[in-house]
Amino acid sequence: MSSEHLPIHPEELSQIDYTPPKKDWMETPVQFRKGTYCYSAAPKNLKYLGMANPREWQPHDADWKLPSDWKKTVLDGMRERLSKFRSFHLFMDICVRCGACADKCHFFIGSGDPKNMPVLRAELLRSVYRNDFTAAGKILGKLAGARPLTEDVIKEWFYYFYQCTECRRCSVFCPYGIDTAEITMMARELLNLIGCNINWALEPVANCYRTGNHLGIQPHTFKDTLEFFAGEIEDITGVRIDVPINKKGAEILFVTPSGDYFADPGTYTLMGYLMLFHEIGLDYTWSAYASEGGNFGLFNSHELIKRLNAKIYAEAKRLGVKWILGGECGHMWRVIHEYMDTMNGPADFLEEPVSPLTGTRFENAKSTKMVHIMEFTADLIRHNKLKLDPSRNDRLRVTFHDSCNPARAMGIFEEPRYVIRNVCRNFFEMPENTIREKTFCCGGGAGLGTDENMEMRMRGGLPRANAVRYVHDKHGVNRLACMCAIDRATLSTLMEYWVPEVQVTGIHELVGNALVMRGEKKRETDLRGEPLEGTEE
Amino acid sequence: MRALYSFCAVLLLGLFAYFGVAVWGLQDPLFAIVFPYAAFGLFALGMVYRVLKWARSPVPFAIATTCGQQKSLPWIKANPIENPCCTASVIGRMALEVLLFRSLFRNTRMELRSGPRLIYGGNKYLWLGAMAFHWTFLIILLRHFRFFTEPVPAFVNILQSLDGFFQIGVPILYLSGVILAAALSYLFLRRLLDPKVRYISLAADYFPLLLLLGIALSGLVMRHFTKVDIVKVKELAMGLVSLHPTVPEGIGAPFYLHLFFVCVLLAYFPFSKLVHMGGIFLSPTRNLRGDSRRHRHVNPWNPHVEVHTYEEWEDEFRDKMKAAGLPVERE
Repeated sequence: MSSEHLPIHPEELSQIDYTPPKKDWMETPVQFRKGTYCYSAAPKNLKYLGMANPREWQPHDADWKLPSDWKKTVLDGMRERLSKFRSFHLFMDICVRCGACADKCHFFIGSGDPKNMPVLRAELLRSVYRNDFTAAGKILGKLAGARPLTEDVIKEWFYYFYQCTECRRCSVFCPYGIDTAEITMMARELLNLIGCNINWALEPVANCYRTGNHLGIQPHTFKDTLEFFAGEIEDITGVRIDVPINKKGAEILFVTPSGDYFADPGTYTLMGYLMLFHEIGLDYTWSAYASEGGNFGLFNSHELIKRLNAKIYAEAKRLGVKWILGGECGHMWRVIHEYMDTMNGPADFLEEPVSPLTGTRFENAKSTKMVHIMEFTADLIRHNKLKLDPSRNDRLRVTFHDSCNPARAMGIFEEPRYVIRNVCRNFFEMPENTIREKTFCCGGGAGLGTDENMEMRMRGGLPRANAVRYVHDKHGVNRLACMCAIDRATLSTLMEYWVPEVQVTGIHELVGNALVMRGEKKRETDLRGEPLEGTEE
Repeated sequence: MRALYSFCAVLLLGLFAYFGVAVWGLQDPLFAIVFPYAAFGLFALGMVYRVLKWARSPVPFAIATTCGQQKSLPWIKANPIENPCCTASVIGRMALEVLLFRSLFRNTRMELRSGPRLIYGGNKYLWLGAMAFHWTFLIILLRHFRFFTEPVPAFVNILQSLDGFFQIGVPILYLSGVILAAALSYLFLRRLLDPKVRYISLAADYFPLLLLLGIALSGLVMRHFTKVDIVKVKELAMGLVSLHPTVPEGIGAPFYLHLFFVCVLLAYFPFSKLVHMGGIFLSPTRNLRGDSRRHRHVNPWNPHVEVHTYEEWEDEFRDKMKAAGLPVERE
């Protein structure tokens, strides 16, 4: 049953040994084993963004072609960040190594590699911090857990900080709230200073900077793509839908991750949005310039977050909209909720968001002026603004995956569940320790969802897949709903490997299926073109 | 190995104190006056320095870890403690963290069974051990106020009588002392016997546990076996706090051993992981509100960055946009 993506059979992959090696972790050098790491960033992308040390190299090379003063660059970078981020400074000092985080990381659960225990991942950096920035480390050296910065340490950092998906699950369990995502972000910034970065996280940034979206889709193709899906909707429903793009004076700007208009199954979610907006007569617009909700800057540096995110407010201002609506995405919402207003606000040229249909004021978004589509749709359903026929989703037995960032960097738990319960009738929760704030990563977030990293993705995704397997076996679940574009891509591969009976869906795909539209013909298929009547073969 | 280093360090410190007093007679002024003052000074100044140093680094972003439903639509029940929406709920969340170790209470234990089947069982032992240790340590610390105050405050007397409620032995055995020693032993053994925890442990993780165990055991021994003269101890303690230290004769080496361990702990505190006591209050994932779309969080060093403006973008794609019928700003 091994998948085309990975030659190793799932049964073999799940033989995991959690016994730590005999040798001390400082004496265990990193090994770049095929399938467990990501390739380096192409020099053209670094050059386009004006980033350090563009060159041809790969992590498995012996010589990483670091700049001559790399050590000073890294240590200076560390000093600067210690003084700029209290989180970083504090998290370097206060860990007591209680080990509560150890078995909370999906990469540790799936690999058994002790350096994937969040505590040890952070110690990779802390050991250098102690050596160069603390009295105890300077005097006692290794006895105090300090070690000097060497090229091998850089290689180890690269391997393990690009083996953390910044999901923040460990930070839920840490008695001091130490957030490994924060530590990984700092480590990746330091690695970026000397040009040690991965292409899967960086090329989308270069693309987005240039064209407006991660996938590098240019404005005319963007328009063609959206119109293609409007055509698909017409085929299925008989309803002709307009797709407003760069429309000045619209009330609302809609921004969603480019994954939604690029590949299945995200595209079905996109069709759901289009149908919903048409049906309620929303005065809104897409933007070809701000055609990306996601922000891969988050997986590289705070500077890159800001450089990409700036487009959304700039475009909202240019188009003269009142407020912004955001689509289903995970890390996008970490950026919108925790960074956007701080970095590129205040958005005083926008108005406090009010639903034009229900009159609901979204007071929780009154400063940022950006509303999550799940908040918007839940409010519509609550006020009976939508005619829904959930029986159209009766073939589906649905469970819901809380995406890491909307869960642990926002806390949007009830809205999606409310929407799901109103558009389908068979909904089953996964076990308690694997959902909501304790949800497990898809294994491919934070820029790691690339094919060359497949083994590690399947390992990291094991806890999520295993919980899906549980509800599949118990309740016959065949559809895994999520509200994240990365999830829609990575969970599909993950399910194919671990639970092939289950397919992945966005929530607005389910909404689109259930939505009864004015003037529609009798629906014969769902948005995937699969027949509504009768059951699956 | 690292545990052994730490054990040797504590042993050497203990021998130094014992010989220092019993053989070399260095209690006046070294062990009784110089060390206590120096240790207290290091502790107070060190902690202030550490906290100020952290506080000097700003909090650029609102990075609360949200562990409950956000406050959004009025008909959805929010969880203000796990996802704070106002200062009061931040205080509530912090109180739960600091007083009851809320996050540690969530602890689970993962187990991989064949299938594969992953199981997450509840695991409250670490939480229980940590609570038992920290709370009994606080109680014991407060009980010791009877040595530093005259008259002794009522709460100390109440605490003392509650602590000795079972009236076992003469002098009465305090429950807190027994629980403290048991909790420390558990935490030490867990570190030593759990392969994962042993793998991550530094010498600096064993050392404070053994030192604290040294303090607890020397305290128990001096109270119940060598029967220290507490009138003299109080005379010494009152002298120290009133800044007119006198050193009564014949307090005995066990007491100085106990006192010296405490001095080492105080002096060591600000330079070790024990600073988590102060750090927890400053932890940004816990002490920030989760409502950063409602209230703008300000970054004091918000840098200017290079952006790709709409105009530059349109310049590059204008022809294609016009051909596709997309509106443009400039023809």
